[in-house]
Amino acid sequence: MKPSDASSRDLPRRRFLQRAALGAATLGLAGCDRLSQNDRVVETLDLAERLNLRVQRFLAGERGLAPEYPASMIDETFRPNGSTDPQAPHYRQLAANQFRDWRLELNGLVDNPLSLSLAELQAMPARTQITRHDCVEGWSAIGQWRGPVLADLLDRAGVQSQARYVVFHCMDQLGGEDYYYESLDLSESRHPQTILAYSLNDEPLPIANGAPLRLRAERQLGYKMAKYLSSITLVADFSDIAGGEGGYWEDRGYTWYAGI
Amino acid sequence: MSTSSRSFPDLAGTHADAVSAAAREPSRLAHPTPGADSNPHSSGTTNASVRRRRHSGPVRLWHWFNLWCLIVLLMSGLQIFNAHPALYWGSASDFADPWLEMYAIRGADGDVIGQTALGPWTFDTTGVLGYSGSEGHASVRGFPAWITLPSYQFLTMGRLWHFFFAWLFAGAGALFALYALLSGHLKRDLWLSTAQWQGLGRDILDHLRLRLHTARSGYNGLQKLSYLGVLFVALPVMILTGLCMSPTINAAAPWLLDLFGGRQSARSIHFIVAGSLVLFVIVHLLMVILSGPIRQIRDMLTGGPRRSSASADTERGNHHEAQ
Repeated sequence: MKPSDASSRDLPRRRFLQRAALGAATLGLAGCDRLSQNDRVVETLDLAERLNLRVQRFLAGERGLAPEYPASMIDETFRPNGSTDPQAPHYRQLAANQFRDWRLELNGLVDNPLSLSLAELQAMPARTQITRHDCVEGWSAIGQWRGPVLADLLDRAGVQSQARYVVFHCMDQLGGEDYYYESLDLSESRHPQTILAYSLNDEPLPIANGAPLRLRAERQLGYKMAKYLSSITLVADFSDIAGGEGGYWEDRGYTWYAGI
Repeated sequence: MSTSSRSFPDLAGTHADAVSAAAREPSRLAHPTPGADSNPHSSGTTNASVRRRRHSGPVRLWHWFNLWCLIVLLMSGLQIFNAHPALYWGSASDFADPWLEMYAIRGADGDVIGQTALGPWTFDTTGVLGYSGSEGHASVRGFPAWITLPSYQFLTMGRLWHFFFAWLFAGAGALFALYALLSGHLKRDLWLSTAQWQGLGRDILDHLRLRLHTARSGYNGLQKLSYLGVLFVALPVMILTGLCMSPTINAAAPWLLDLFGGRQSARSIHFIVAGSLVLFVIVHLLMVILSGPIRQIRDMLTGGPRRSSASADTERGNHHEAQ
Protein backbone atom coordinates (compact mmCIF):
# COMPACT_ATOMS: atom_id res chain seq x y z
CA MET A 1 0.00 0.00 0.00
CA LYS A 2 1.17 3.48 -0.68
CA PRO A 3 2.51 5.55 2.18
CA SER A 4 0.38 8.35 3.54
CA ASP A 5 2.38 10.96 1.67
CA ALA A 6 1.26 9.32 -1.55
CA SER A 7 -0.32 12.47 -2.90
CA SER A 8 2.90 14.46 -2.79
CA ARG A 9 4.78 11.54 -4.26
CA ASP A 10 2.26 11.31 -7.06
CA LEU A 11 3.08 14.79 -8.27
CA PRO A 12 6.01 13.88 -10.53
CA ARG A 13 3.95 11.12 -12.14
CA ARG A 14 1.15 13.55 -12.83
CA ARG A 15 3.59 16.03 -14.26
CA PHE A 16 4.85 13.33 -16.56
CA LEU A 17 1.33 12.51 -17.66
CA GLN A 18 0.73 16.17 -18.37
CA ARG A 19 3.94 16.67 -20.29
CA ALA A 20 3.35 13.56 -22.37
CA ALA A 21 -0.17 14.65 -23.11
CA LEU A 22 0.92 18.15 -24.06
CA GLY A 23 3.62 16.83 -26.33
CA ALA A 24 1.31 14.50 -28.15
CA ALA A 25 -1.58 16.89 -28.28
CA THR A 26 0.15 19.65 -30.17
CA LEU A 27 -1.22 17.81 -33.20
CA GLY A 28 -4.68 19.03 -32.32
CA LEU A 29 -6.58 19.43 -29.08
CA ALA A 30 -9.93 17.83 -28.50
CA GLY A 31 -12.00 18.84 -25.47
CA CYS A 32 -11.53 15.46 -23.87
CA ASP A 33 -7.80 15.69 -24.36
CA ARG A 34 -7.69 18.93 -22.44
CA LEU A 35 -9.22 17.11 -19.48
CA SER A 36 -6.44 14.52 -19.62
CA GLN A 37 -3.96 17.34 -19.06
CA ASN A 38 -5.76 18.86 -16.12
CA ASP A 39 -3.98 18.18 -12.84
CA ARG A 40 -7.12 17.84 -10.82
CA VAL A 41 -8.80 15.54 -13.34
CA VAL A 42 -5.83 13.17 -13.39
CA GLU A 43 -5.61 13.34 -9.59
CA THR A 44 -9.27 12.30 -9.41
CA LEU A 45 -8.90 9.50 -11.94
CA ASP A 46 -5.93 8.29 -9.88
CA LEU A 47 -8.25 7.57 -6.95
CA ALA A 48 -9.36 4.42 -8.73
CA GLU A 49 -5.85 2.98 -8.46
CA ARG A 50 -5.94 2.96 -4.68
CA LEU A 51 -9.46 1.58 -4.70
CA ASN A 52 -8.39 -1.17 -7.11
CA LEU A 53 -5.47 -2.11 -4.89
CA ARG A 54 -7.53 -2.27 -1.71
CA VAL A 55 -10.56 -4.06 -3.13
CA GLN A 56 -8.58 -6.52 -5.23
CA ARG A 57 -6.22 -7.38 -2.37
CA PHE A 58 -9.21 -7.93 -0.16
CA LEU A 59 -10.92 -10.18 -2.71
CA ALA A 60 -7.81 -12.18 -3.62
CA GLY A 61 -6.40 -12.31 -0.11
CA GLU A 62 -2.68 -12.19 0.56
CA ARG A 63 -2.27 -15.81 -0.49
CA GLY A 64 -4.83 -16.27 -3.27
CA LEU A 65 -3.07 -18.12 -6.07
CA ALA A 66 -2.95 -17.13 -9.73
CA PRO A 67 -4.28 -19.89 -11.99
CA GLU A 68 -1.73 -22.46 -13.16
CA TYR A 69 -2.04 -24.33 -16.45
CA PRO A 70 -1.29 -27.80 -17.79
CA ALA A 71 1.94 -28.32 -19.75
CA SER A 72 -0.09 -28.80 -22.94
CA MET A 73 -1.00 -25.10 -22.87
CA ILE A 74 2.57 -23.77 -22.84
CA ASP A 75 3.27 -21.43 -25.78
CA GLU A 76 5.97 -22.60 -28.15
CA THR A 77 7.70 -19.23 -28.07
CA PHE A 78 7.12 -17.00 -25.10
CA ARG A 79 6.68 -13.53 -26.61
CA PRO A 80 9.43 -11.23 -25.33
CA ASN A 81 8.60 -7.57 -24.80
CA GLY A 82 10.40 -4.41 -23.66
CA SER A 83 14.15 -5.02 -23.73
CA THR A 84 14.97 -8.20 -25.60
CA ASP A 85 18.72 -7.84 -26.09
CA PRO A 86 20.38 -5.44 -23.61
CA GLN A 87 23.43 -3.68 -25.05
CA ALA A 88 25.06 -2.35 -21.88
CA PRO A 89 28.76 -3.41 -22.06
CA HIS A 90 28.63 -4.84 -18.55
CA TYR A 91 25.68 -7.03 -19.51
CA ARG A 92 27.32 -8.13 -22.78
CA GLN A 93 30.39 -9.28 -20.84
CA LEU A 94 28.31 -11.27 -18.37
CA ALA A 95 26.27 -12.86 -21.15
CA ALA A 96 29.41 -13.78 -23.14
CA ASN A 97 30.52 -15.81 -20.14
CA GLN A 98 27.11 -17.48 -19.61
CA PHE A 99 26.58 -15.32 -16.50
CA ARG A 100 29.18 -17.25 -14.48
CA ASP A 101 30.48 -13.93 -13.13
CA TRP A 102 27.04 -12.54 -12.45
CA ARG A 103 25.83 -12.21 -8.87
CA LEU A 104 22.51 -11.19 -7.39
CA GLU A 105 22.84 -8.74 -4.54
CA LEU A 106 20.11 -8.56 -1.92
CA ASN A 107 20.58 -5.57 0.32
CA GLY A 108 19.01 -2.51 1.90
CA LEU A 109 16.96 -2.90 5.04
CA VAL A 110 18.02 -6.47 5.80
CA ASP A 111 20.03 -8.01 8.64
CA ASN A 112 22.23 -10.18 6.39
CA PRO A 113 22.83 -8.81 2.89
CA LEU A 114 23.19 -11.64 0.37
CA SER A 115 25.33 -12.01 -2.71
CA LEU A 116 24.42 -15.11 -4.72
CA SER A 117 25.77 -16.63 -7.90
CA LEU A 118 23.50 -18.29 -10.45
CA ALA A 119 24.72 -21.70 -9.28
CA GLU A 120 23.88 -20.83 -5.68
CA LEU A 121 20.39 -19.72 -6.68
CA GLN A 122 19.91 -22.92 -8.69
CA ALA A 123 20.91 -24.97 -5.65
CA MET A 124 18.10 -23.47 -3.56
CA PRO A 125 14.70 -25.15 -3.23
CA ALA A 126 12.76 -24.03 -6.30
CA ARG A 127 9.15 -23.66 -7.33
CA THR A 128 8.01 -24.62 -10.83
CA GLN A 129 4.85 -22.99 -12.13
CA ILE A 130 3.04 -22.82 -15.47
CA THR A 131 1.36 -19.47 -15.47
CA ARG A 132 -0.20 -16.91 -17.78
CA HIS A 133 1.65 -13.67 -18.42
CA ASP A 134 -0.59 -10.67 -19.12
CA CYS A 135 0.86 -7.65 -20.82
CA VAL A 136 -0.66 -4.26 -20.06
CA GLU A 137 -1.19 -4.00 -23.83
CA GLY A 138 -3.75 -6.79 -23.65
CA TRP A 139 -2.11 -9.99 -24.88
CA SER A 140 -1.31 -13.11 -22.84
CA ALA A 141 1.25 -15.90 -23.06
CA ILE A 142 1.70 -19.09 -21.04
CA GLY A 143 5.08 -20.38 -19.91
CA GLN A 144 6.69 -22.60 -17.31
CA TRP A 145 8.98 -20.84 -14.85
CA ARG A 146 11.33 -22.20 -12.22
CA GLY A 147 13.29 -20.52 -9.48
CA PRO A 148 13.53 -19.89 -5.75
CA VAL A 149 10.56 -18.35 -3.97
CA LEU A 150 11.39 -14.74 -3.16
CA ALA A 151 10.00 -15.13 0.38
CA ASP A 152 12.72 -17.72 1.11
CA LEU A 153 15.43 -15.28 0.06
CA LEU A 154 13.85 -12.50 2.11
CA ASP A 155 13.75 -14.76 5.16
CA ARG A 156 17.38 -15.71 4.65
CA ALA A 157 18.37 -12.05 4.52
CA GLY A 158 16.16 -11.09 7.47
CA VAL A 159 13.90 -8.19 6.51
CA GLN A 160 14.01 -5.32 9.00
CA SER A 161 10.77 -4.02 10.41
CA GLN A 162 10.91 -0.60 8.74
CA ALA A 163 11.15 -2.13 5.25
CA ARG A 164 7.98 -1.76 3.15
CA TYR A 165 8.98 -2.28 -0.47
CA VAL A 166 11.23 -4.60 -2.42
CA VAL A 167 12.94 -2.81 -5.31
CA PHE A 168 14.29 -4.79 -8.27
CA HIS A 169 17.21 -3.25 -10.17
CA CYS A 170 17.91 -4.40 -13.72
CA MET A 171 20.77 -4.40 -16.21
CA ASP A 172 18.76 -3.28 -19.24
CA GLN A 173 18.24 0.29 -20.38
CA LEU A 174 14.92 0.52 -22.15
CA GLY A 175 15.11 3.06 -24.93
CA GLY A 176 18.83 3.38 -24.28
CA GLU A 177 18.28 5.66 -21.29
CA ASP A 178 17.37 4.76 -17.74
CA TYR A 179 17.91 1.36 -16.25
CA TYR A 180 14.72 -0.63 -15.80
CA TYR A 181 13.56 -1.13 -12.24
CA GLU A 182 10.40 -2.17 -10.45
CA SER A 183 9.00 -2.54 -6.96
CA LEU A 184 6.57 -4.71 -5.04
CA ASP A 185 5.27 -4.25 -1.54
CA LEU A 186 6.18 -6.89 1.03
CA SER A 187 2.81 -8.57 0.81
CA GLU A 188 3.09 -9.29 -2.93
CA SER A 189 6.80 -10.12 -2.53
CA ARG A 190 5.97 -12.84 -0.02
CA HIS A 191 3.23 -14.35 -2.18
CA PRO A 192 3.94 -18.08 -2.69
CA GLN A 193 4.04 -17.67 -6.50
CA THR A 194 6.43 -14.72 -6.46
CA ILE A 195 9.64 -16.34 -7.62
CA LEU A 196 12.97 -15.38 -9.17
CA ALA A 197 12.99 -17.44 -12.36
CA TYR A 198 16.21 -18.72 -13.96
CA SER A 199 14.40 -21.15 -16.22
CA LEU A 200 11.68 -20.88 -18.88
CA ASN A 201 10.06 -24.05 -20.25
CA ASP A 202 12.82 -26.25 -18.78
CA GLU A 203 15.58 -24.29 -20.54
CA PRO A 204 17.90 -21.67 -19.07
CA LEU A 205 16.10 -18.32 -19.22
CA PRO A 206 16.78 -16.89 -22.73
CA ILE A 207 18.27 -13.41 -23.05
CA ALA A 208 15.07 -12.18 -24.74
CA ASN A 209 13.08 -13.17 -21.65
CA GLY A 210 15.43 -11.71 -19.03
CA ALA A 211 18.55 -13.89 -18.52
CA PRO A 212 19.98 -14.74 -16.12
CA LEU A 213 17.19 -14.02 -13.63
CA ARG A 214 13.79 -12.34 -13.75
CA LEU A 215 10.95 -11.68 -11.38
CA ARG A 216 7.64 -13.51 -11.66
CA ALA A 217 4.79 -11.88 -9.74
CA GLU A 218 1.88 -13.83 -11.12
CA ARG A 219 -0.95 -11.64 -9.91
CA GLN A 220 0.46 -8.57 -11.64
CA LEU A 221 0.75 -7.32 -15.21
CA GLY A 222 3.93 -7.95 -17.18
CA TYR A 223 5.59 -4.60 -16.56
CA LYS A 224 6.00 -5.49 -12.86
CA MET A 225 8.07 -8.56 -13.69
CA ALA A 226 11.53 -7.06 -14.00
CA LYS A 227 14.01 -8.91 -16.22
CA TYR A 228 17.87 -8.95 -16.19
CA LEU A 229 18.01 -8.60 -12.39
CA SER A 230 21.20 -7.37 -10.79
CA SER A 231 20.11 -6.46 -7.29
CA ILE A 232 17.17 -6.43 -4.93
CA THR A 233 16.94 -3.70 -2.32
CA LEU A 234 14.57 -3.45 0.63
CA VAL A 235 13.46 0.11 1.29
CA ALA A 236 10.99 1.99 3.44
CA ASP A 237 10.09 4.29 0.57
CA PHE A 238 11.01 4.49 -3.11
CA SER A 239 10.51 8.20 -3.68
CA ASP A 240 14.28 8.85 -3.97
CA ILE A 241 14.86 6.11 -6.55
CA ALA A 242 14.97 7.23 -10.21
CA GLY A 243 11.72 9.07 -11.00
CA GLY A 244 10.35 8.24 -7.57
CA GLU A 245 7.25 6.33 -8.68
CA GLY A 246 8.51 2.83 -7.96
CA GLY A 247 9.24 1.63 -11.47
CA TYR A 248 10.41 2.45 -14.97
CA TRP A 249 6.91 2.54 -16.41
CA GLU A 250 5.45 4.08 -13.27
CA ASP A 251 7.89 6.97 -13.82
CA ARG A 252 6.29 7.23 -17.26
CA GLY A 253 2.70 7.46 -16.07
CA TYR A 254 1.67 3.86 -15.44
CA THR A 255 0.02 2.97 -12.15
CA TRP A 256 2.14 1.46 -9.42
CA TYR A 257 -0.56 -1.10 -8.71
CA ALA A 258 -0.50 -3.47 -11.67
CA GLY A 259 -3.07 -6.04 -10.62
CA ILE A 260 -5.59 -4.90 -13.23
CA MET B 1 -52.50 -14.69 -17.91
CA SER B 2 -54.10 -12.66 -20.66
CA THR B 3 -53.26 -9.12 -21.63
CA SER B 4 -56.43 -7.83 -20.11
CA SER B 5 -55.95 -9.51 -16.76
CA ARG B 6 -52.40 -8.22 -16.55
CA SER B 7 -52.85 -4.54 -15.94
CA PHE B 8 -50.47 -1.61 -16.16
CA PRO B 9 -52.75 0.85 -14.42
CA ASP B 10 -50.05 3.28 -13.45
CA LEU B 11 -47.74 2.99 -16.34
CA ALA B 12 -47.54 5.80 -18.73
CA GLY B 13 -45.04 4.55 -21.19
CA THR B 14 -44.40 5.04 -24.87
CA HIS B 15 -45.63 2.19 -26.89
CA ALA B 16 -47.82 -0.14 -25.28
CA ASP B 17 -48.72 -3.48 -24.31
CA ALA B 18 -50.50 -4.82 -27.35
CA VAL B 19 -53.85 -3.23 -27.88
CA SER B 20 -54.72 -2.84 -24.24
CA ALA B 21 -56.91 -0.22 -22.65
CA ALA B 22 -56.64 2.39 -25.36
CA ALA B 23 -57.85 0.24 -28.21
CA ARG B 24 -60.70 -1.19 -26.23
CA GLU B 25 -61.89 2.23 -25.18
CA PRO B 26 -61.90 4.16 -28.41
CA SER B 27 -64.03 6.93 -26.92
CA ARG B 28 -60.99 8.17 -25.04
CA LEU B 29 -58.94 8.27 -28.17
CA ALA B 30 -61.60 10.34 -29.80
CA HIS B 31 -61.36 13.04 -27.15
CA PRO B 32 -57.75 13.77 -26.57
CA THR B 33 -56.89 16.26 -23.91
CA PRO B 34 -55.04 19.11 -25.52
CA GLY B 35 -51.88 20.44 -23.96
CA ALA B 36 -50.72 17.37 -22.15
CA ASP B 37 -48.22 19.23 -20.01
CA SER B 38 -50.80 21.55 -18.57
CA ASN B 39 -53.22 18.73 -18.08
CA PRO B 40 -55.05 19.66 -14.88
CA HIS B 41 -54.94 16.03 -13.85
CA SER B 42 -51.19 16.07 -13.85
CA SER B 43 -50.85 18.30 -10.84
CA GLY B 44 -52.73 19.15 -7.71
CA THR B 45 -54.25 15.85 -6.82
CA THR B 46 -52.15 13.47 -4.75
CA ASN B 47 -53.36 10.03 -5.53
CA ALA B 48 -49.80 8.76 -5.62
CA SER B 49 -50.56 5.10 -5.99
CA VAL B 50 -52.17 5.66 -9.37
CA ARG B 51 -50.49 8.82 -10.53
CA ARG B 52 -46.96 8.09 -11.56
CA ARG B 53 -44.58 9.86 -13.84
CA ARG B 54 -43.62 8.10 -17.02
CA HIS B 55 -39.98 7.85 -15.91
CA SER B 56 -39.20 7.84 -12.19
CA GLY B 57 -36.39 9.95 -10.75
CA PRO B 58 -33.93 7.07 -10.34
CA VAL B 59 -34.58 5.91 -13.91
CA ARG B 60 -33.85 9.38 -15.32
CA LEU B 61 -30.80 9.94 -13.15
CA TRP B 62 -29.34 6.56 -14.08
CA HIS B 63 -30.16 7.04 -17.75
CA TRP B 64 -28.17 10.25 -18.11
CA PHE B 65 -25.39 9.19 -15.75
CA ASN B 66 -24.99 5.99 -17.74
CA LEU B 67 -24.85 7.89 -20.99
CA TRP B 68 -21.69 9.71 -19.83
CA CYS B 69 -20.19 6.60 -18.27
CA LEU B 70 -20.70 4.57 -21.43
CA ILE B 71 -19.24 7.27 -23.68
CA VAL B 72 -16.09 7.49 -21.55
CA LEU B 73 -15.85 3.72 -21.16
CA LEU B 74 -16.26 3.15 -24.89
CA MET B 75 -13.70 5.76 -25.94
CA SER B 76 -11.11 4.86 -23.30
CA GLY B 77 -11.78 1.19 -24.02
CA LEU B 78 -10.91 1.70 -27.67
CA GLN B 79 -7.74 3.50 -26.55
CA ILE B 80 -6.81 0.40 -24.53
CA PHE B 81 -7.75 -1.88 -27.44
CA ASN B 82 -5.43 0.13 -29.70
CA ALA B 83 -2.42 -0.84 -27.55
CA HIS B 84 -2.76 -4.31 -29.08
CA PRO B 85 -5.45 -4.17 -31.76
CA ALA B 86 -6.00 -7.91 -32.07
CA LEU B 87 -8.41 -10.34 -30.42
CA TYR B 88 -8.10 -14.05 -29.69
CA TRP B 89 -10.04 -16.94 -28.21
CA GLY B 90 -8.82 -19.01 -25.26
CA SER B 91 -6.41 -18.29 -22.41
CA ALA B 92 -3.36 -17.00 -24.24
CA SER B 93 -2.80 -15.09 -27.48
CA ASP B 94 -2.11 -17.17 -30.57
CA PHE B 95 -0.34 -14.32 -32.33
CA ALA B 96 -0.44 -16.16 -35.65
CA ASP B 97 -4.20 -16.48 -35.54
CA PRO B 98 -6.22 -13.59 -34.10
CA TRP B 99 -9.90 -13.65 -35.11
CA LEU B 100 -9.82 -9.87 -35.45
CA GLU B 101 -6.81 -7.70 -36.16
CA MET B 102 -6.19 -4.15 -37.33
CA TYR B 103 -2.82 -3.26 -38.82
CA ALA B 104 -1.12 -1.41 -41.64
CA ILE B 105 0.91 -2.60 -44.61
CA ARG B 106 2.85 -0.76 -47.29
CA GLY B 107 1.29 -1.17 -50.71
CA ALA B 108 3.17 -1.70 -53.97
CA ASP B 109 3.20 2.05 -54.70
CA GLY B 110 4.63 2.85 -51.28
CA ASP B 111 1.35 4.03 -49.78
CA VAL B 112 0.41 2.83 -46.32
CA ILE B 113 -2.79 0.81 -46.30
CA GLY B 114 -4.83 0.22 -43.16
CA GLN B 115 -6.32 -3.25 -43.04
CA THR B 116 -8.71 -5.15 -40.84
CA ALA B 117 -8.65 -8.93 -40.81
CA LEU B 118 -11.80 -10.64 -39.56
CA GLY B 119 -11.54 -14.41 -39.58
CA PRO B 120 -10.59 -15.42 -43.12
CA TRP B 121 -11.50 -12.04 -44.64
CA THR B 122 -9.29 -9.00 -45.05
CA PHE B 123 -10.67 -5.52 -45.68
CA ASP B 124 -8.95 -2.31 -46.67
CA THR B 125 -9.97 0.12 -43.99
CA THR B 126 -7.50 2.96 -44.54
CA GLY B 127 -8.65 6.16 -42.85
CA VAL B 128 -10.77 4.40 -40.27
CA LEU B 129 -9.25 1.14 -38.95
CA GLY B 130 -5.57 0.22 -39.00
CA TYR B 131 -4.25 3.49 -40.39
CA SER B 132 -5.90 6.86 -39.91
CA GLY B 133 -5.37 10.54 -39.21
CA SER B 134 -5.27 13.79 -41.09
CA GLU B 135 -3.01 14.23 -44.12
CA GLY B 136 0.60 14.21 -42.97
CA HIS B 137 -0.33 13.16 -39.44
CA ALA B 138 -1.77 9.73 -40.18
CA SER B 139 -0.57 6.89 -37.97
CA VAL B 140 -0.83 3.17 -37.54
CA ARG B 141 -3.60 2.65 -35.00
CA GLY B 142 -6.60 0.37 -34.52
CA PHE B 143 -9.46 2.81 -34.07
CA PRO B 144 -9.16 6.41 -35.26
CA ALA B 145 -8.34 9.37 -33.00
CA TRP B 146 -11.83 10.83 -33.04
CA ILE B 147 -13.26 7.89 -31.11
CA THR B 148 -10.51 7.24 -28.54
CA LEU B 149 -9.85 8.91 -25.20
CA PRO B 150 -7.39 10.55 -25.26
CA SER B 151 -7.31 11.03 -29.02
CA TYR B 152 -3.55 10.40 -29.31
CA GLN B 153 -2.11 7.01 -28.38
CA PHE B 154 -1.62 7.01 -24.62
CA LEU B 155 -2.47 3.66 -23.07
CA THR B 156 -1.98 4.56 -19.43
CA MET B 157 -4.26 7.61 -19.66
CA GLY B 158 -6.91 5.45 -21.31
CA ARG B 159 -6.59 3.01 -18.42
CA LEU B 160 -6.99 5.78 -15.82
CA TRP B 161 -10.22 6.97 -17.46
CA HIS B 162 -11.51 3.45 -18.00
CA PHE B 163 -11.03 2.16 -14.46
CA PHE B 164 -12.33 5.30 -12.78
CA PHE B 165 -15.51 5.30 -14.86
CA ALA B 166 -15.83 1.53 -14.49
CA TRP B 167 -16.20 2.08 -10.74
CA LEU B 168 -18.84 4.78 -11.25
CA PHE B 169 -20.68 2.66 -13.80
CA ALA B 170 -20.62 -0.52 -11.69
CA GLY B 171 -21.64 1.33 -8.52
CA ALA B 172 -24.54 3.13 -10.18
CA GLY B 173 -25.54 -0.06 -11.99
CA ALA B 174 -25.67 -2.05 -8.76
CA LEU B 175 -27.78 0.64 -7.08
CA PHE B 176 -30.11 0.76 -10.08
CA ALA B 177 -30.52 -3.02 -10.17
CA LEU B 178 -31.50 -2.92 -6.49
CA TYR B 179 -33.94 -0.09 -7.20
CA ALA B 180 -35.48 -1.93 -10.17
CA LEU B 181 -36.03 -5.02 -8.04
CA LEU B 182 -37.27 -3.34 -4.88
CA SER B 183 -39.42 -0.56 -6.35
CA GLY B 184 -41.30 -2.85 -8.67
CA HIS B 185 -39.90 -1.09 -11.76
CA LEU B 186 -38.62 -4.42 -13.05
CA LYS B 187 -41.89 -6.28 -12.52
CA ARG B 188 -44.16 -3.42 -13.52
CA ASP B 189 -42.39 -1.84 -16.49
CA LEU B 190 -39.81 -4.30 -17.80
CA TRP B 191 -40.97 -7.87 -17.30
CA LEU B 192 -42.94 -9.31 -20.23
CA SER B 193 -46.51 -10.48 -19.79
CA THR B 194 -47.41 -13.94 -21.02
CA ALA B 195 -49.13 -12.39 -24.01
CA GLN B 196 -46.02 -10.39 -24.79
CA TRP B 197 -43.83 -13.50 -24.65
CA GLN B 198 -46.23 -15.11 -27.10
CA GLY B 199 -46.45 -12.06 -29.33
CA LEU B 200 -42.68 -11.56 -29.71
CA GLY B 201 -42.59 -12.93 -33.23
CA ARG B 202 -45.17 -10.44 -34.46
CA ASP B 203 -43.40 -7.65 -32.58
CA ILE B 204 -40.18 -8.41 -34.40
CA LEU B 205 -41.94 -8.32 -37.77
CA ASP B 206 -43.67 -5.05 -36.87
CA HIS B 207 -40.38 -3.48 -35.90
CA LEU B 208 -38.69 -4.66 -39.06
CA ARG B 209 -41.44 -2.92 -41.01
CA LEU B 210 -40.95 0.14 -38.77
CA ARG B 211 -44.57 -0.04 -37.63
CA LEU B 212 -44.00 1.66 -34.33
CA HIS B 213 -46.89 4.03 -34.05
CA THR B 214 -49.66 1.98 -32.55
CA ALA B 215 -51.21 3.63 -29.54
CA ARG B 216 -50.31 1.43 -26.62
CA SER B 217 -49.38 1.78 -23.01
CA GLY B 218 -46.00 0.79 -21.59
CA TYR B 219 -43.23 -0.90 -23.53
CA ASN B 220 -43.93 -3.65 -26.02
CA GLY B 221 -42.48 -7.12 -25.70
CA LEU B 222 -39.49 -6.54 -27.91
CA GLN B 223 -38.58 -3.31 -26.18
CA LYS B 224 -38.83 -4.97 -22.81
CA LEU B 225 -36.69 -7.84 -23.98
CA SER B 226 -33.96 -5.52 -25.23
CA TYR B 227 -33.99 -3.50 -22.01
CA LEU B 228 -33.86 -6.67 -19.93
CA GLY B 229 -31.06 -7.99 -22.12
CA VAL B 230 -29.04 -4.83 -21.72
CA LEU B 231 -29.70 -4.39 -18.00
CA PHE B 232 -29.34 -7.95 -16.82
CA VAL B 233 -27.13 -9.59 -19.42
CA ALA B 234 -24.98 -7.15 -21.41
CA LEU B 235 -24.02 -4.70 -18.65
CA PRO B 236 -23.18 -7.41 -16.07
CA VAL B 237 -21.22 -9.31 -18.74
CA MET B 238 -19.24 -6.14 -19.45
CA ILE B 239 -18.32 -5.84 -15.78
CA LEU B 240 -17.49 -9.53 -15.36
CA THR B 241 -15.41 -9.83 -18.55
CA GLY B 242 -13.65 -6.61 -17.58
CA LEU B 243 -12.77 -8.02 -14.17
CA CYS B 244 -11.78 -11.31 -15.80
CA MET B 245 -8.90 -9.52 -17.54
CA SER B 246 -7.35 -8.54 -14.19
CA PRO B 247 -4.68 -11.01 -13.04
CA THR B 248 -5.42 -10.31 -9.37
CA ILE B 249 -9.14 -10.95 -9.89
CA ASN B 250 -8.16 -14.19 -11.64
CA ALA B 251 -6.54 -15.22 -8.35
CA ALA B 252 -9.62 -14.15 -6.39
CA ALA B 253 -12.20 -15.72 -8.72
CA PRO B 254 -10.69 -18.27 -11.11
CA TRP B 255 -14.22 -19.44 -11.99
CA LEU B 256 -14.62 -16.28 -14.07
CA LEU B 257 -11.95 -17.63 -16.43
CA ASP B 258 -13.85 -20.91 -16.72
CA LEU B 259 -17.10 -19.04 -17.29
CA PHE B 260 -15.77 -17.01 -20.23
CA GLY B 261 -13.29 -19.53 -21.60
CA GLY B 262 -10.02 -17.82 -20.64
CA ARG B 263 -8.62 -14.31 -20.44
CA GLN B 264 -8.33 -13.70 -24.17
CA SER B 265 -11.88 -14.94 -24.69
CA ALA B 266 -13.01 -12.56 -21.95
CA ARG B 267 -11.25 -9.72 -23.80
CA SER B 268 -12.99 -10.73 -27.04
CA ILE B 269 -16.40 -10.96 -25.36
CA HIS B 270 -15.82 -7.59 -23.68
CA PHE B 271 -15.19 -6.12 -27.14
CA ILE B 272 -18.16 -7.85 -28.82
CA VAL B 273 -20.64 -6.93 -26.09
CA ALA B 274 -19.34 -3.34 -26.15
CA GLY B 275 -20.09 -3.37 -29.88
CA SER B 276 -23.58 -4.72 -29.27
CA LEU B 277 -24.19 -1.96 -26.71
CA VAL B 278 -23.21 0.59 -29.35
CA LEU B 279 -25.72 -1.09 -31.67
CA PHE B 280 -28.35 -0.94 -28.93
CA VAL B 281 -27.75 2.79 -28.50
CA ILE B 282 -28.06 3.36 -32.24
CA VAL B 283 -31.40 1.48 -32.40
CA HIS B 284 -32.52 3.22 -29.20
CA LEU B 285 -31.79 6.64 -30.75
CA LEU B 286 -33.54 5.62 -33.96
CA MET B 287 -36.64 4.63 -31.96
CA VAL B 288 -36.56 7.93 -30.08
CA ILE B 289 -36.40 9.82 -33.36
CA LEU B 290 -39.23 7.78 -34.87
CA SER B 291 -41.51 8.13 -31.86
CA GLY B 292 -41.44 11.85 -31.18
CA PRO B 293 -37.95 12.84 -30.14
CA ILE B 294 -38.82 16.07 -28.38
CA ARG B 295 -41.41 14.48 -26.13
CA GLN B 296 -39.18 11.47 -25.52
CA ILE B 297 -36.18 13.54 -24.48
CA ARG B 298 -38.31 15.94 -22.47
CA ASP B 299 -39.92 13.06 -20.59
CA MET B 300 -36.55 11.47 -19.85
CA LEU B 301 -35.42 14.85 -18.45
CA THR B 302 -38.53 15.91 -16.54
CA GLY B 303 -40.13 12.53 -15.95
CA GLY B 304 -43.15 13.47 -17.99
CA PRO B 305 -46.49 14.59 -16.64
CA ARG B 306 -48.02 12.83 -13.67
CA ARG B 307 -51.00 10.96 -14.90
CA SER B 308 -53.64 8.57 -13.79
CA SER B 309 -54.15 5.67 -16.16
CA ALA B 310 -57.17 7.37 -17.73
CA SER B 311 -55.49 10.66 -18.52
CA ALA B 312 -52.44 8.75 -19.66
CA ASP B 313 -54.49 6.98 -22.25
CA THR B 314 -56.05 10.15 -23.58
CA GLU B 315 -52.71 11.80 -23.80
CA ARG B 316 -51.31 8.91 -25.66
CA GLY B 317 -54.12 9.21 -28.13
CA ASN B 318 -53.10 12.79 -28.55
CA HIS B 319 -49.52 11.85 -29.26
CA HIS B 320 -50.68 9.21 -31.62
CA GLU B 321 -52.26 11.87 -33.74
CA ALA B 322 -49.29 14.13 -33.43
CA GLN B 323 -47.03 11.42 -34.76
